[in-house]
Amino acid sequence: MEHYLSLFIRSIFIENMALAFFLGMCTFLAVSKKVKTSMGLGVAVIVVLGISVPVNQIIYFNLLAPGALDWAGFPQADLSFLGFITFIGVIAALVQILEMVLDKYFPALYQALGIFLPLITVNCAIFGGVSFMVQREYNLLESAVYGIGSGVGWTLAIVALAGIREKMKYSDVPDGLRGLGITFVTAGLMALGFMSFSGIQL
Amino acid sequence: MAKSSELREVLTSPVVNNNPIALQILGVCSALAVTTTLETAVVMTLAVLFVTAFSNLFISMIRNYIPNSVRIIVQMAIIASLVIVVDQVMKAYAFGLSKQLSVYVGLIITNCIVMGRAEAFAMKNKPFPSFMDGIGNGLGYGFILVLVGGFRELFGAGALFGIEILPLTSNGGWYQSNGLLLLPPSAFFIIGGIIWAIRVAKPDQVEPKE
Repeated sequence: MEHYLSLFIRSIFIENMALAFFLGMCTFLAVSKKVKTSMGLGVAVIVVLGISVPVNQIIYFNLLAPGALDWAGFPQADLSFLGFITFIGVIAALVQILEMVLDKYFPALYQALGIFLPLITVNCAIFGGVSFMVQREYNLLESAVYGIGSGVGWTLAIVALAGIREKMKYSDVPDGLRGLGITFVTAGLMALGFMSFSGIQL
Repeated sequence: MAKSSELREVLTSPVVNNNPIALQILGVCSALAVTTTLETAVVMTLAVLFVTAFSNLFISMIRNYIPNSVRIIVQMAIIASLVIVVDQVMKAYAFGLSKQLSVYVGLIITNCIVMGRAEAFAMKNKPFPSFMDGIGNGLGYGFILVLVGGFRELFGAGALFGIEILPLTSNGGWYQSNGLLLLPPSAFFIIGGIIWAIRVAKPDQVEPKE
C-alpha cells in the first residue's frame, strides 16, 4: 500500500508530466487562458490517462513484449517494435469510445468536455505516460496508479498556470513578450518551483 | 509544377517568419526536453525532419483516396510507421543516443508539427511542395532546437558536442558553469527569450492586447 501511495505522490509532484517532463506542452500553453476550460481539459486527461495506461500495460506485456506470446506457442516472438503504432491506436480508439459513452450516458459531462476530448488523442502527456509505463515495466496496479497520478499532476499544473494567466491580464507586459513569450517564462518559473519537490522520498 | 520561387517560399518561411515553435505553438514538448546538449538536439532535429518530410510526401500522394472521415487514423498510421522506422534505426546504430532520448523519439508521433502540417498542407497540395513544406517545418523546428541546445550546452557545461570550449573551473579553467541552464526550467526561459527576439525583429507577430 505504501509503495502505491509513494508512486502516486511521486507522479503528481516530483515527476510532474507538464513541468518536469514537458509532456502535453502544446495544449498546456494553448488552452490555459481560462481556469474553467483548463479544469475541463484536466479532468478529461485524468480519465483518459487513468484508462489508457493500464489498458496498454495489459496489451504490451501480454502480446507485444519479447517472449510474451509464450502462451500461444511462440516463445521467440518479439513484437515490441509494434509498440508505438499499437499505443496510438489504442489511445485513439479509447478516446472515441469514451466520447460515445459520455454522449450517451453522461451528456452533461460530455457538454463540458466537448471539444477537448478529440484533442486528447494527440496530447503527448497520454502517449508519454504509456511510454514511461513500458520503459519502467510497471505492473497492472502500478500502471493504474501511475496513470491517474500523472493525470492529476498535469491538471494541477495547467489549472495553476491558467490562474496565473488570468491575473496576468492586468499587468503591463512588453510588446514582444505578450501572449506566448510571457507564458513560457511563467511556465519556467513554475517548473523551478516544482523542482523543490525533487528528492522527496516517501 | 510550382515555380521555384514559390518552392523557396514554402521551404524558408517556416524557419523564421512562420516558425512552428515560436509562432504556431506546435511541437513544444520535445523542444524543451531534448535540448540539454547540442548532440541530442541535432539528432532529434534529423528525426523530426525525416518524419515530417516523408509523412507529408506520403499523405499528399494518397490525399485524393483518403475518405475525409477516417483521415486522422490514416495520417496517424503513416506517421507511426515512419517513427517506428526512425526508432529501430536509432536503436540499431546509435543505441546510446536512443537511450538518452528515451520516450521522446516515440513522442514524435504525437508531435503536433507532423500532424499539423499533414492536416494543413499535405492534404491540400501536390506531393513535391508538401515534401518541401515538411523539410521547411523540420528546419524551423531544428533552428530553435539547435539554438536552445547550443546555448544550454555552451553555458551550462562549457562544451559543444561534448568538446570543451570554455574551460571549467572544476577542471582548472576560468569558466564557472551556470548549472541552472542544465536544469529543465531554463529551456522555458530561453525559448521565451527567442520568441521575444523574433517578435521585436518582426513586430507584425506581436499578439494583440486582450
